[in-house]
Amino acid sequence: MGYRELTGMSDLSPIRELNKLSAAGGNTTRPTREPRNWRPFLLLIPAFIIVSFFFLAPLIDVFIRSITDPSLGIQNYVWLFTTPTNMVVAGRTFGTSFLVTIVCLLIAYPYAYLMTIVSDRTRNMLQLFIMLPLWTSILVRTLAWMVLLQDTGPINGLLESVFGIGPLPLIRSTFGVALGMTQVLLPFMVLPLYSALAKIDKRLLPAAANLGARPVTAFFTVYLPLSRPGIFAGSVTVFILGLGFYIIPALLGSSKEIMMSALMYQQISGFLMWGHGTALGIFMLTTTIVVLALVGRASKGTSLFAGRTK
Amino acid sequence: MRPDSIDAAPDIHEQELRQLNLNTQIIGVINDAGISLRAVTKRYGKKAVVDDISLVIEPGEFMTFLGPSGSGKTTTLNMIAGFVSATEGLLHIYGKPVAKLPAHKRDIGMVFQNYALFPHKTVAENIAYPLDRRKISRSEQKTMIAGALQMVRMGEFGDRYPTELSGGQQQRVALARALVYQPRVLLMDEPLGALDKKLREWLQKEIKRIHREVGSTFVYVTHDQEEALSLSDRIAVFNNGRIEQVGSPAELYQRPATLFVGRFLGESTVLSGSRVDSLHGTTTLNISGHDIRVPGEQDSTSLAILIRPENITLHDEGTVTDSTRINSLPVIVLDSSYLGSAWRCEVQLPDGSVGTVREAHSTIVREPGTRAVMRWNVDSGVLLVDTGEAGVSLT
Repeated sequence: MGYRELTGMSDLSPIRELNKLSAAGGNTTRPTREPRNWRPFLLLIPAFIIVSFFFLAPLIDVFIRSITDPSLGIQNYVWLFTTPTNMVVAGRTFGTSFLVTIVCLLIAYPYAYLMTIVSDRTRNMLQLFIMLPLWTSILVRTLAWMVLLQDTGPINGLLESVFGIGPLPLIRSTFGVALGMTQVLLPFMVLPLYSALAKIDKRLLPAAANLGARPVTAFFTVYLPLSRPGIFAGSVTVFILGLGFYIIPALLGSSKEIMMSALMYQQISGFLMWGHGTALGIFMLTTTIVVLALVGRASKGTSLFAGRTK
Repeated sequence: MRPDSIDAAPDIHEQELRQLNLNTQIIGVINDAGISLRAVTKRYGKKAVVDDISLVIEPGEFMTFLGPSGSGKTTTLNMIAGFVSATEGLLHIYGKPVAKLPAHKRDIGMVFQNYALFPHKTVAENIAYPLDRRKISRSEQKTMIAGALQMVRMGEFGDRYPTELSGGQQQRVALARALVYQPRVLLMDEPLGALDKKLREWLQKEIKRIHREVGSTFVYVTHDQEEALSLSDRIAVFNNGRIEQVGSPAELYQRPATLFVGRFLGESTVLSGSRVDSLHGTTTLNISGHDIRVPGEQDSTSLAILIRPENITLHDEGTVTDSTRINSLPVIVLDSSYLGSAWRCEVQLPDGSVGTVREAHSTIVREPGTRAVMRWNVDSGVLLVDTGEAGVSLT
């Protein structure tokens, strides 16, 4: 790679800095510019090595397998797009993750708002409640849900004895999966939302009221737009994490309505079709990146960050 | 285009007021006032932060609430704005009772100390906000926004975001936003508190000019006495949740009603003493063994005389005066500094407290430690009840 091409890019990337180190020999064509102090970037070498070995290399391996297993070609991708089940599973995975994101947002927003208006003591308590589940194993929590939600479990028992209905399909259904996932993912929505809401100037709402805005109008015209960075950050995190869930769909979902990770597991572990599994993986990765790019564009399209970029 | 809030005819409420056993004269005052507070109290728990305040602000008047922090001035302003509800009392704006009216229906302009501009909206969008709420058409908005920006001399900044502006510019945008819908009342809560001295003085002039131009009733909260003196038609001095005195800047400065007001506004020399006698409207006090005369009579036994520094002159020790209209007191010069327009001397009074003298035409340099005599005209002293509270520190 030529030196000029490198300098044409942003100078912020440490990887580029490392490339420059290797490319620096004998290159003097650069116009006089203050020599960059590259020594601090040496500290990034361990991280760079770890990322390359444990993230980049496997990813490349996965991609190569998807086009070489069992033989060179795109047959795995042809299979991927021509088998209807695959698309149904992908749709279900994205749909469930989207649903969970919306539910998390609806629960987390009032909760995060509450955290911004209470005393320090109460806020610490609220934060503890949100963090507490994170310190428990997902498996344990999911098993607990199984006990609670099963057809002969306490919830269905209560429904039956009090309201005379049921048993409802609380488990082995999309409801069960969404419930379990929401419970696990809620902290990832609350925390970024809280940090965004906490930054909103508390005097803006009285100011809006003074200017003639009813409380509801003030919320939609001032508070909500200002909380958008938190909404985007939380939603993206929850959505992406939700796509990769395996244990919860496996235990709380129906075996007839599997999700993407289960499908991959099936292909690789069950049928030893490494090509199919890795193609599914690459497909998920690409789709996620596209979704992220779209969200990123949507959030940039608003005047949210304008005037703050400098 | 003004919403239904303020404009309703005042007469409708007269009956209501009569039921509260107010006589017609008071009802007339309430109806004619820009803002009227009657026996307004705000309590948090048992503590009254605003304690039985009554005040009439005339339409078009520039009224300043002046007082130290925690004196209740901001709470009173917030009650007028509708952010805080009064525990007791009557609050009328242009004759209309507003105690039960929520803030967004009061049609009052307000400028906040931290500007409170919407960071996600441009300057023009910020100013359009109150117009949107009032359902004013886009085309009409355009001229109104341009006019408001013109008024605060920010014509070219409509497309900027608040974070791209300096503090003073932001405050001017806040002022434009508060005035664009032509409210009859504009409230300002220490609007210049966060700005440096030069900018503050310039914006004070701008605010005065804008007040003359729009003719609305301005209520201005500050703890800065110089700002209060230079801006206001009248000043209400707050202390401990009560109003100590209301009057024009000159009245408050020259004839303070209480020692607190005298000390809070401007510099002063305070002499505490006991009464010797009161004759023909002149009271004689014993100040550390010296007989000092002062006009007026007061019932209290512990009295004080307040003299403004520019009314005092310093003379060399030993010089005497035979006029009965002039008081003399021996002092020791503690410090003297040249201010350009005058010499300012701090002197130690016979009882050990510190007084201030400001001599405009003196050419004599008074060295610290020298003895001198301070003199002032009997009539320039103000006789006050000595409440015993310590002087307010202005530093």
